[in-house]
Amino acid sequence: MDTLVHLAGGFATAFEPLNFGLLVLGCTVGLFVGALPGLGSVNGVAILLPITFFVPPTGAIIFLAAIYYGAMFGGAISSIMLGIPGASTAVATTFDGRPMAMKGEAHRALVAAAVASFVGGTIAVILFTLFAPPLAEFALRFGPAENFALMVVAFATFVGLSGDDIPKTILSILFGLILSAVGLDIISGQPRLIFFDLPGFYKGISFIVLAIGIYGIGEILWTLDSSKGRVEIAQHKIGFRNIVQAIIELRKTWRTMGLCSLLGYFVGILPAAGATPGSLMAYGMAKSMSKNSKNYGKGEINGVVAPEAANNAASTGSMLPMLTLGIPGSPTTAILLGGMIIWGLEPGPMLFITHEGFVWGLIASLYTANLFTLLINLAFIPLFIWVLRTPFAILAPVIFVLSLVGGYAPGSSLHDVWLILIFGIAGYLLRKLNYPMAPAVLAIVLGPLAEKYFRQAMIISHGDVMTFVERPLSAVFVAMAAVLVCMPIYSALKRRRAAAG
Amino acid sequence: MKNLAMRAVSCGIALGVGLGLVSSLAVQPAQAAWQPQKPVEFVIMAGQGGGADRLARLIQSIIEKNNFSNQPFIPVNKGGGSGAEALRYLQDKAGDPHVIMATLNSLYTTPLRNPGIGVDISKFTPVARLAEDTFVLWVNSDSDIKTIDDYVAAVKAAGSEKWVMGGTGTGQEDSLVTAMLEKAYGLKMTYVPFKGGGTVAKNLVGKQITSTVNNPSEQLGFFEAGRVRPIAAFTPERIGVFPDVPTFKEMGQDLVYYMQRSVVAPPNMPKEAQDFYVEVFRKVNESAEWKEYTTKKALNRAWLTGDDLMSYFVAERDKHHDLLKAMGEIK
Repeated sequence: MDTLVHLAGGFATAFEPLNFGLLVLGCTVGLFVGALPGLGSVNGVAILLPITFFVPPTGAIIFLAAIYYGAMFGGAISSIMLGIPGASTAVATTFDGRPMAMKGEAHRALVAAAVASFVGGTIAVILFTLFAPPLAEFALRFGPAENFALMVVAFATFVGLSGDDIPKTILSILFGLILSAVGLDIISGQPRLIFFDLPGFYKGISFIVLAIGIYGIGEILWTLDSSKGRVEIAQHKIGFRNIVQAIIELRKTWRTMGLCSLLGYFVGILPAAGATPGSLMAYGMAKSMSKNSKNYGKGEINGVVAPEAANNAASTGSMLPMLTLGIPGSPTTAILLGGMIIWGLEPGPMLFITHEGFVWGLIASLYTANLFTLLINLAFIPLFIWVLRTPFAILAPVIFVLSLVGGYAPGSSLHDVWLILIFGIAGYLLRKLNYPMAPAVLAIVLGPLAEKYFRQAMIISHGDVMTFVERPLSAVFVAMAAVLVCMPIYSALKRRRAAAG
Repeated sequence: MKNLAMRAVSCGIALGVGLGLVSSLAVQPAQAAWQPQKPVEFVIMAGQGGGADRLARLIQSIIEKNNFSNQPFIPVNKGGGSGAEALRYLQDKAGDPHVIMATLNSLYTTPLRNPGIGVDISKFTPVARLAEDTFVLWVNSDSDIKTIDDYVAAVKAAGSEKWVMGGTGTGQEDSLVTAMLEKAYGLKMTYVPFKGGGTVAKNLVGKQITSTVNNPSEQLGFFEAGRVRPIAAFTPERIGVFPDVPTFKEMGQDLVYYMQRSVVAPPNMPKEAQDFYVEVFRKVNESAEWKEYTTKKALNRAWLTGDDLMSYFVAERDKHHDLLKAMGEIK
């Protein structure tokens, strides 16, 4: 009951004219920042931080949280429209969002992304409201062993996909893992796999470089190859009616939305993971649980819903360790943390007690930010669709340039641009050979995390691998992973027996 | 006709040259005070949530709030390989006036331990040392350990296999302090490296590890919530915010170790740019926010810049070389 009283007070704060204006402004700015490749919520929040010094702390955090939220929604837009992930969290959205756009269903994909983001964000903020303190305690029980076991589950969701060629999936994962090992060893700092002694490899290969290469450049090559230059995207003018219809059609995806929101939130609250692994894991889970998993990667609406629900849930989730433990769950929350320190608000276990009004104002503004970003996003969909009506001969060079700029911007290094081109060609060739590329992207995101946790767990247990099954939480994850890997083998055996009998 | 045209042209040239002169004169004062032309990349040599990270983000906010710079400072964490990632990055940015780095003692230890990364810190451009951070020995408040004697007894009873000390990175500050502690009391424990002090603190509260030597700022939130207990401080005198916590020195052990909180720039940074950053950090050092934060978080303000800072870097590097050698970390 107390919670509801606090929340009501929070809403009163969130709807004060200044705070409300900041909220709407933040959502809109965030949406466009997120939609531009290479400019993610991190840059948006960092660049706009100074503005917040002119307003009281509560208004400031509401503004920054709104940008963060808007960017989460916005990341999906360029993933779907151009096939370039607008932000790292939206990589998984390209897997099915882009094929849908190519089929002339861009509006359905955009609506699905917007609504799923809204649902994911809302479920997460409700969980946040009701269970913040116990969930923060739960997150503390995750040591290196548990975190590693969780990474194993994520890999298993991809290996265990029925329908895909399993050896090729494993090869694709290994390809990603090798790329993720490039750079400096995370425990000892020794350089590894520095090809041709190029200094650019010291910082490792960023997965956004791999993703832009494969999905941005690789996609153009693939489209040119498969259509021999005559690309026609069947895309009609989209009216209000189509959008409403698209929303109604989303009824069928409620299960994916709900489950992926929960998963995303859960991954988000672990201080180590964040929204990108969350969205990839959700995609894997949705695919392995689906009856028609064959359609994934070819324009399945659930493949858009899953990562979008999860990444928004995770971004709300990552606010939790920041506020309750003072540990940011993502780069963007780290900047929010910096802002809070200068406003004299020390995030940590005491914040809920010492600055109650601030915390509840923030939570209430998460509800409203969610709703307004959804409305603003839906209103802009006809404009986004209009982009797709541009002839491919014009669009392709634009995508090409945006891919290179998007890859250059985060690290300001030309080395990354060359890598994008190489990955683009490699991705195109591997795709011709029917290798699934999503597992490689997953592996490059999760590889460094998994390696770090594995080695920390090994140091603690003095090299005893039984630690992963002796600790109850991690044992549960290991068992889940085992089931996920065995499922396709079992169903293959059953099929063979049915064919024999 | 021709003459007239010539005259017009020469007039034009004269006018042009004149205007050029005037404008270059007008630009002169602006050139003297160099200013960044684009956002400044503020590299942090450690992961998110740790002492170095929090401090860098606070500094960023102070700069933004007081308008000390015309361009924003964008913090970028490069904590991999005990900061090797950041060091190498800075070295490769030689001459770039739009990159600076928040650094700590791994500025010495990481290149010493990994000659393979090919970083020579004496080539870096010194900007400023802002503070020296302190170290405290922490345990979870659910444990029975209240004094250093309890601690020593507990570690001995648990054995080196079971006693897990968590810290930031390998062969840098936390593991040096741990080694000093082990040597002084004849202890042996398992040291686990994490990416930042925030994660270390979280793992202590979650009982994944049994003790830490975190900086006060990294542990203060949990201390105020009553989740962790300070046992003793690695300082010559008691720390202001923990008047009841004894120092190792009081107990007859000469265990004193500080961590610098400094800012460096890439090698060969233009002098004007270096001056600009020194000025920015001088203002930060004098700001009210900085004074308040350092007092609250038990940091010693210790301003140093220019050649003095470089000689300090080199002296400290030599000191750490000997420390690491004594530990057997390097040959």
